[in-house]
Amino acid sequence: MKKAGEKTALKRSKEEEEEQNQIFNFNRKPADEDKDDDLSDSEDSVYSGLEDSGSDAEGEEGSEEEEEDDDDDKMKERTEEEVSEEKKEDEYEHDSSDEEDIRNTVGNIPVEWYKDFPHIGYNLDGKKIYKPIRNKDELDDFLDKMENPEYWRTVHDKQTGSDIVLSDDQVELVNRLQRGQFGDVNFNEYEPMVEFFSSDVMIHPITNRPADKRSFIPSLTEKEKVSKLVHAIKMGWLKPRRVEDDGRGRYYDLWASEDSSILARHRMHLPAPKIPLPGHHESYNPPPEYLFTDEERALWEQQDPGDRKLPFVPRKYSSLRQVPAFSHFIHERFERCLDLYLCPRQRKMRVNVNPEDLIPQLPKPKDLQPFPTTQSLVYRGHSGLVRSISVSPSGQWLASGSDDGSVRFWEVCSSRCMKMVQVGGAVKSVAWNPNPSVCLLAVALDSVVLILSPSLADKQVILSSERLLSAQQEGEEPAEGNGSVVWSEAEGEELNQGVRLKIQHPKAVHQVVWHAKGDYLASVMPDNTSHLQVYIHQLSRRRSQNPFSRNKGLVQCVSFHPIRPYFFVATQRSIRIYNLVKQEMTKKLQANSKWISSMAVHPGGDHVICGSYDCKLSWFDLDLSTKPYKMLRHHKKAVRGVAYHRLYPLFASASDDGSVIVCHGTVYNDLLQNPLIVPVKVLRGHVMTHDLGVLDVTFHPTQPWVFSSGADATIRLFT
Amino acid sequence: MGGLQKKKFERGSATNYITRNRARKKLQLSLPDFRRLCILKGIYPHEPKHKKKVNKGSTAPRTFYLLKDIRFLLHEPIVGKFREYKIFVRKLKKAYGKTEWSAVERLRENKPTYKLDHIIKERYPTFIDALRDIDDALCMCFLFSTFARTGKCHVQTIQLCKRLTVEWMNYVITSRSLRKVFLSIKGIYYQAEVMGQLITWVVPYQFSHDHPVDVDYRVMATFTELYTTLLGFVNFRLYNSLNLVYPPKLDSNAESEPKEESEDDYAMNSESYLEKLSALSASLARVVSSAEEEEAQLDHFPTEGEDMEKMEAREKELKQQEAQKKLFEGLKFYLNREVPRESLAFIIRCFGGQVSWDKSVCIGSTYEMTDETITHHIIDRPSVDKQYINRYYIQPQWVYDCVNAKVLLPVEDYFLGVTLPPHLSPFVEEKEGDYVPPEKLKIMALQRGEKTGNEQEEEEEEEEEEEEEEEQEEEEEDDNGDEEDDEEEVAEEKNLKKMEEQRSQGKSLQVKVTPGKLKVENKARLEQEEKAEEKRLAIMMMKKKEKYLYDKIMFGKKRKVREANKLAAKRKAHDDAEKAKKKKARK
Repeated sequence: MKKAGEKTALKRSKEEEEEQNQIFNFNRKPADEDKDDDLSDSEDSVYSGLEDSGSDAEGEEGSEEEEEDDDDDKMKERTEEEVSEEKKEDEYEHDSSDEEDIRNTVGNIPVEWYKDFPHIGYNLDGKKIYKPIRNKDELDDFLDKMENPEYWRTVHDKQTGSDIVLSDDQVELVNRLQRGQFGDVNFNEYEPMVEFFSSDVMIHPITNRPADKRSFIPSLTEKEKVSKLVHAIKMGWLKPRRVEDDGRGRYYDLWASEDSSILARHRMHLPAPKIPLPGHHESYNPPPEYLFTDEERALWEQQDPGDRKLPFVPRKYSSLRQVPAFSHFIHERFERCLDLYLCPRQRKMRVNVNPEDLIPQLPKPKDLQPFPTTQSLVYRGHSGLVRSISVSPSGQWLASGSDDGSVRFWEVCSSRCMKMVQVGGAVKSVAWNPNPSVCLLAVALDSVVLILSPSLADKQVILSSERLLSAQQEGEEPAEGNGSVVWSEAEGEELNQGVRLKIQHPKAVHQVVWHAKGDYLASVMPDNTSHLQVYIHQLSRRRSQNPFSRNKGLVQCVSFHPIRPYFFVATQRSIRIYNLVKQEMTKKLQANSKWISSMAVHPGGDHVICGSYDCKLSWFDLDLSTKPYKMLRHHKKAVRGVAYHRLYPLFASASDDGSVIVCHGTVYNDLLQNPLIVPVKVLRGHVMTHDLGVLDVTFHPTQPWVFSSGADATIRLFT
Repeated sequence: MGGLQKKKFERGSATNYITRNRARKKLQLSLPDFRRLCILKGIYPHEPKHKKKVNKGSTAPRTFYLLKDIRFLLHEPIVGKFREYKIFVRKLKKAYGKTEWSAVERLRENKPTYKLDHIIKERYPTFIDALRDIDDALCMCFLFSTFARTGKCHVQTIQLCKRLTVEWMNYVITSRSLRKVFLSIKGIYYQAEVMGQLITWVVPYQFSHDHPVDVDYRVMATFTELYTTLLGFVNFRLYNSLNLVYPPKLDSNAESEPKEESEDDYAMNSESYLEKLSALSASLARVVSSAEEEEAQLDHFPTEGEDMEKMEAREKELKQQEAQKKLFEGLKFYLNREVPRESLAFIIRCFGGQVSWDKSVCIGSTYEMTDETITHHIIDRPSVDKQYINRYYIQPQWVYDCVNAKVLLPVEDYFLGVTLPPHLSPFVEEKEGDYVPPEKLKIMALQRGEKTGNEQEEEEEEEEEEEEEEEQEEEEEDDNGDEEDDEEEVAEEKNLKKMEEQRSQGKSLQVKVTPGKLKVENKARLEQEEKAEEKRLAIMMMKKKEKYLYDKIMFGKKRKVREANKLAAKRKAHDDAEKAKKKKARK
């Protein structure tokens, strides 16, 4: 603070002081110098012999001075001193440390060092500066503070131990400095700048110093550097600095000349499919029906992200300002990027088919009439499921065998039950003798085949059938080669009911079938383990024979050829056709199904249909191939029965799904023309019971009517 | 026999494909470089038909490329550039390691760069090809232009994207080619028709992104590199086609500021200039100064001469389009500060409207809010203190809906604080049998010009009618209450009388003969049934393959119908609920 005061307000005095200082220096320094000289002298004298070369410049100077001393001219000495004084003067000009204490000459030392002394230093004259007699204590200070109006501008000078009262100017100065202003009031900080070194070329040089020589001669070092660089550039080690051009932002008309030369490669190129456009779902304010209900939302949350129909939840915001950022935006773009360069592309031919075109053009069912269309009669009376039905060759009577152990005879037209025969066991199969001149019915139950004479015909017919039955009786007693089948006459109660003959089989019989002539009768005993599965009985001679000596699989059903001596045997997977005369197999039909259930032979004898438990119906053209000509998968469940109409080109199939499907199947005499198969009607009526629907189906021999028997203990007639 | 033994997998499809790793080795590239090359060149993997054959008997999952594609890559000059860059990085690392800063500097100056011009030309041999594929480029550039400079990508890239997108938008404005806009929850979709190509892009809402961690930004950056180049060239060509100056310059004539401004343009900081451009408030300068008149003509009837010969339908469509182009002409909009300025300014200018905003929102506002000639004030807050009388205060959705409907919709539904009608997607084109939301039907009716303005009244009328009906019903109900009582009494009396009569006649009426009713056979119905059955039977006779296809098609159809029904049912339930609510509120 003191220094500042001196510097500015008391500039004048300061200068004076400095002058004094200088004077003081004048006075003091020579002595020091002398002393130094003496010292060096002495040192030199001590070590002169040892190290003269190691002595420094000062020493030399000193020695020179010595020599000069030796020469000794007072004037000279004077000048020497002057020179040195000048030097010193220069030093002090820059030395600021001295300005600190001008009153106290002890130097820049802690004041505490003078703690134990009565004085605190020396003034300029070398006199002691004494401490104030009495030290101020706190109380004094306080009193001073209270009483002295000048207290606020009093500053304690530690160096001199005295209090200094600052003048108004000094206070003003302090304030200015504290405000960050320039100390001198008159100093103008914002004087216009004088440009000494401007861009204007002056006429006169700034300095009059002559130019260096090196500014005229080319530099060798530079030349060396340049040549190195040139060499490096020549050798390609160093590349010239590239011209900075922003190649990214520079565009031009790239497609100015469109040529198709590059197009060749692009023949194979598949452009990436575009992102599907957003629908109403995605709107920030969608119609209310597009928003998720709670269940839909729960479902959405449960679903795997890949399975979700929408990748986001539709939201509704009442105004645009409430719409937040979509958190998956970057994700979606990134995924699109991945799709673009990682997904294999493939041209997918989308079939744009009108489904109506796929439906085959078939003749209209209307044109294929007649065929049964409506259910007209229901024959009720059985209490168990009706396994089998058969129509008499005259078409007047219908026989049915049921699980309730009865065989019923119905009048077709009136649906009245004309007769009932209790046979004492679940009837598996009934078959009416196809010969119109006799009236006989074969019934299979358990291991017995019964021959019934229902006596539901003219007397003539009944008589002829009785004759047929009794003819062999008279002729010869049964002389069976194989004792497993026993023929026996019915007696007593059974006889009254109409049972005429009993053919006892070794195993349970599942099916009986008549030959077209009505003399032969085949029975089936499905058994996988033995070859005794099929018997052919001759009624007139009461003879039975087993035509097969080997087991070829589980026999499902058998059938006679309507005209020629062929015999059809359906095993589980295939149908074998045997020539009964030649005693050999002529054909084996592969029905591409798992398990054949039923079979029917076309009245012409060249076509066979077979139904299977795997819902299929196969039509075989015997002249065509051993593979089915057509597989019909019309039914939803197992096919139980199939039948051909004797006169009309119709066939029907009955299935567990409770329906009977009637198809039109025209067979042409022309061998080149394939049969025409058209489904014409689906007949429903039977009620499903125990998962079983329709069990048997058969056509009326003359009318386009179809009978069906079902698990609901009814028989229905569709006309 | 003789002859050489044929080795497996040396012929056939196995030789046409190459696995990714083998391709990479063949090209001597690292995987990231290979990836980048594939992105730039547009090479994508192929799925061979017989994967096992191609994979030499193994069933391991592998990515296959066509060998031809990889051979094609072999001659790509950029592969060399990639290698150069690799070497540069190696050198730079070395220099860093040795702390040779001058070397580092020198290397940096000579950093190898590559251009993608030839790739663009190769991938898109014609300009139309490029336009066709520009959707993704636009989406990407718009996304990148919204990125903050947080180091997810280079700042230059962001700036470039911003510049290109602004250029694109300016082009769309000048050519008036915007067709559809859609406010989705993801962002704003725009569809423009440029040179006959429909171009759709999506712009995210103006929020900062929270960058997901599982996204590889290098892949995105590579795509952006390609896309910026593509978009730049496309922009250049498009600007040229309209005789606009490229890089775009603001039209100095149109500017309200005096000439000095425009002179400053050149020296002006490009960023602030870009900002001005991106304000989308001023039109662009043209190359030919005299082109203004022609351009004006062109603007109005750009393809008049050719289309005269074309079909009338097309003409009509064009006319409609022309009308749509001038949808907002003559209207003066003012955007309040809370609405998305860029989007709205873009759309309004695209359809010829004038638009301005608060000066503090963005540079480039042309008039003040106090301007008396403003017709529409777009605002998105529940209420406003000071309202000027001679302008509509509407919510922003009105603008978007108008663009999609191609007519100026009645503003009443969009007033301040009104519950907005649903915003529908313009991209959905309902086919026969699809569900059409009732709002769409209404708009379609408006478009046909059927009931412009009557709609609202009708609705009101309906409501009134309903009210009346309800009142009537209520009255009736009151009346019915009494009547029903009476009726019941009457009926009881009748029954009693009958009983008495029966008794008097001697209880002999248990069996009665009722007159038979004539069964009226509906011929049409019968015929229909017959046909249906015929069809069913025919379907039964289908071949297995065809049946499968048929079933599939029918299943799809049925599902569609089911979905449509579901939507309709939902809508109905909602409407009923709304009505009930209204009724309750009224009561």
